[in-house]
Amino acid sequence: MPRWFTPVAMVCGLMFAISPLIIANAPYEREMGLVQKIYYYHMPSAWCFLLSAIVCGVASARYLAKGDPRHDRLAIAAAELTVLFGLLTLITGPLWARKAWGTWWVWDARVTSSFVGWMIAWSYIILRRYGGPGSDKLAAGLALFGMANVPFIYISVNYWRTIHPPTTVVGSLKVSMGAPLWFCVAAFVLLYILLIKMRTRLEEQRARLDSLYLNLDD
Amino acid sequence: MNRFLRLAGACLFALLCAAPSFAQQPQQQTEFVPVDSLPQAEQMAAAPLLIAAYVVVLVSFFVYLLSVARRMQKVQTEIERLEADMKKAGRG
Repeated sequence: MPRWFTPVAMVCGLMFAISPLIIANAPYEREMGLVQKIYYYHMPSAWCFLLSAIVCGVASARYLAKGDPRHDRLAIAAAELTVLFGLLTLITGPLWARKAWGTWWVWDARVTSSFVGWMIAWSYIILRRYGGPGSDKLAAGLALFGMANVPFIYISVNYWRTIHPPTTVVGSLKVSMGAPLWFCVAAFVLLYILLIKMRTRLEEQRARLDSLYLNLDD
Repeated sequence: MNRFLRLAGACLFALLCAAPSFAQQPQQQTEFVPVDSLPQAEQMAAAPLLIAAYVVVLVSFFVYLLSVARRMQKVQTEIERLEADMKKAGRG
């Protein structure tokens, strides 16, 4: 692992340790009350989910264009993290919605397109695992569709009828709510960087193992 | 007479103390009235949902970290075993 990994991991761990205290001190939202505090973990999860789908798509596009296996390894790592952060988004969202909207799930444009994006990431992983030879290129094509879905997920709340708050709600936050949110976003992004580094390293080790087996066969 | 007054005063005091408990007794309900939403006090508590959300996120991160670390360890062990085998065979 690179030299920066351990200090960044320590900072990230500390940020996650103190984040509940910062969130507890944040004010309550007038309409939704206590349950709105799920937002401080829900939104950073959702942003990392979208970020990961973009990383997977860009790495896949570069892999398709140049054929460099390093990009392929990054795409695999990002696809797995898309599934992880997508899952967290799709779990924390309904927990919030149950109290705030009175329902676990609504098939509005935001939730449905997020669910589709999450399924695309799952498809990528299943294709890589069981697709056999050539699945790397097929999966890279799939990742491009996953990336193309991201802007649709983001703007869906502004153009389609939904009870989801619009994207402008982030910009309109008072400092007392905005500061804890951006603190959590920073913690999640740091964690995302650490996880993608670890997961890419795993793919590098696997590639090294494959080359050792090939050497042994020769 | 003095004893009687003291007893009467004690009874009056006890009655005054007990009065609020009589006053707090709910009124007899003579009909059932349907409403569309639950009263505020009866509504679902937010805390269990909030705690569940935070626990799910933190436990998922922990489990995923363990899973990646375990997979890395497994591959590393296999690499070391293969390299040792190759060295023994004089191919390293």
